[in-house]
Amino acid sequence: MGERLYLHRHSIVHETASYLKVVAAIAFILVAVSTPITNWQAFIGYFIWVLVVAAIAKIPFTLLFKRALIEIPFIFFAILMPFFGSGERFVAGPFNLYREGLIAGAGIVVKGTLGVLTAIILSTSTTAREILRGLERLRLPALMVQIASFMLRYVNVVNDEMERMKVARDSRGFEATGLKHWKVLATAAGALFIRSYERGERVHLSMLSRGYEGVLPHDEVEKSKASSWFMVLMYPFVAVVILVITTLIGNQ
Amino acid sequence: MHIPDGFIDVPTSAAFVGLSAIGVGAALKGARTQLDDKTAPLAGLTAVFIFAVQMLNFPVVAGTSGHLIGAALAAVLVGPWAATLALTVVLLMQAFLFADGGLTALGLSVFNMSIISVWVGYAVFLVIKKILPQNKSSVAIAASIAAAVSVPAAAFGFWIQYVIGATGTFSDSAVFTSMIGIHVLIGIGEAIITGLTVTAVLASRSDLVFGWKNNQKALEIKNV
Repeated sequence: MGERLYLHRHSIVHETASYLKVVAAIAFILVAVSTPITNWQAFIGYFIWVLVVAAIAKIPFTLLFKRALIEIPFIFFAILMPFFGSGERFVAGPFNLYREGLIAGAGIVVKGTLGVLTAIILSTSTTAREILRGLERLRLPALMVQIASFMLRYVNVVNDEMERMKVARDSRGFEATGLKHWKVLATAAGALFIRSYERGERVHLSMLSRGYEGVLPHDEVEKSKASSWFMVLMYPFVAVVILVITTLIGNQ
Repeated sequence: MHIPDGFIDVPTSAAFVGLSAIGVGAALKGARTQLDDKTAPLAGLTAVFIFAVQMLNFPVVAGTSGHLIGAALAAVLVGPWAATLALTVVLLMQAFLFADGGLTALGLSVFNMSIISVWVGYAVFLVIKKILPQNKSSVAIAASIAAAVSVPAAAFGFWIQYVIGATGTFSDSAVFTSMIGIHVLIGIGEAIITGLTVTAVLASRSDLVFGWKNNQKALEIKNV
């Protein structure tokens, strides 16, 4: 899973410690989310800055946009907003829209998109395992980290298992077309659970036989240098600068 | 139903990060007492199972299809503690790796799906199981009803967050009727799939089903 999302490149963004990247990503999103949408100049600045960082990370824009399609469902929700609401209305072409709804809907789309793009840059420039290391460094409880690393390790195995069951169904001429086929699919889900659980038990036993006592062995963690802190915090910092400048211009 | 960044304001999101942290912290403790050092592999594989089963498409009508959410199913199969942990990890990975759900909205999603949905589902399951006769089909029925309630329960959690910190302009009551309405329908689908899946697991490995385990009678020795 993780290895399919990660794009191997050599860039400053790739080489920065993952926990710093997680902090920077969240800080940037917080700045963007806290900016009032009426300060539209700031958002143009944010988008340019996100694309600049994506370019520094050598992520092709086509990949960035393809992966951003995941946000389509909530864009629908936001698009409805100008049509239902209350307050002042205005006419735009064939539509009679609510001004407040339009502004709020635009805000949701713009801020959501910035969040999605930031998360994509993070997961494209950092392996899943590294993101997990980063979260561990940021005090995510060790047990959660272990659960997540089991998930990463076995997700392909279990997906393949599900795929094999699908091939088995297909080769017997099964085709799911409606409600009447739910029982077959649910039975497959049940079988998948049993196989996953049994695999969990086997993994646990093999861990015990290798001396597992509730904690996983650890590499020594290196302290990040001040310079890499500085580099990575540029990401939210530039956003703050954009926010301050545009606010000042707006107030004049 | 993943909440994007900027949909709910920052103070509300931060408050729910706190609430979720408390809930997940309690689940960590509970899972350790229930599962001991088995927690990591079993909750991990449950997370994988939930993640995979969400990709299994159930055809509805005319080309549309839905998928399982799995909160009530996980609670019945592995117990509510491990279910909370597994769903939280699934949400974390979806947000960090797939950008599905905003990073700053994680506290909100975790609260709705891994805490409210799992625990409301499990509570309903326990109540219904108590009322019905103690046999396998009642466990499946109870799981089914639990699933039907767990989905609108998560939507209700979202509605509370919307009322507290919405950035949108839909009125609270409109959001309530549409969100709960849609999720009651989704809940019906979830109920059927959950019931059928639990039945399938009970048929072959009933010893794995957490909601059934305490129900096994000791074998009677009869003198004939």
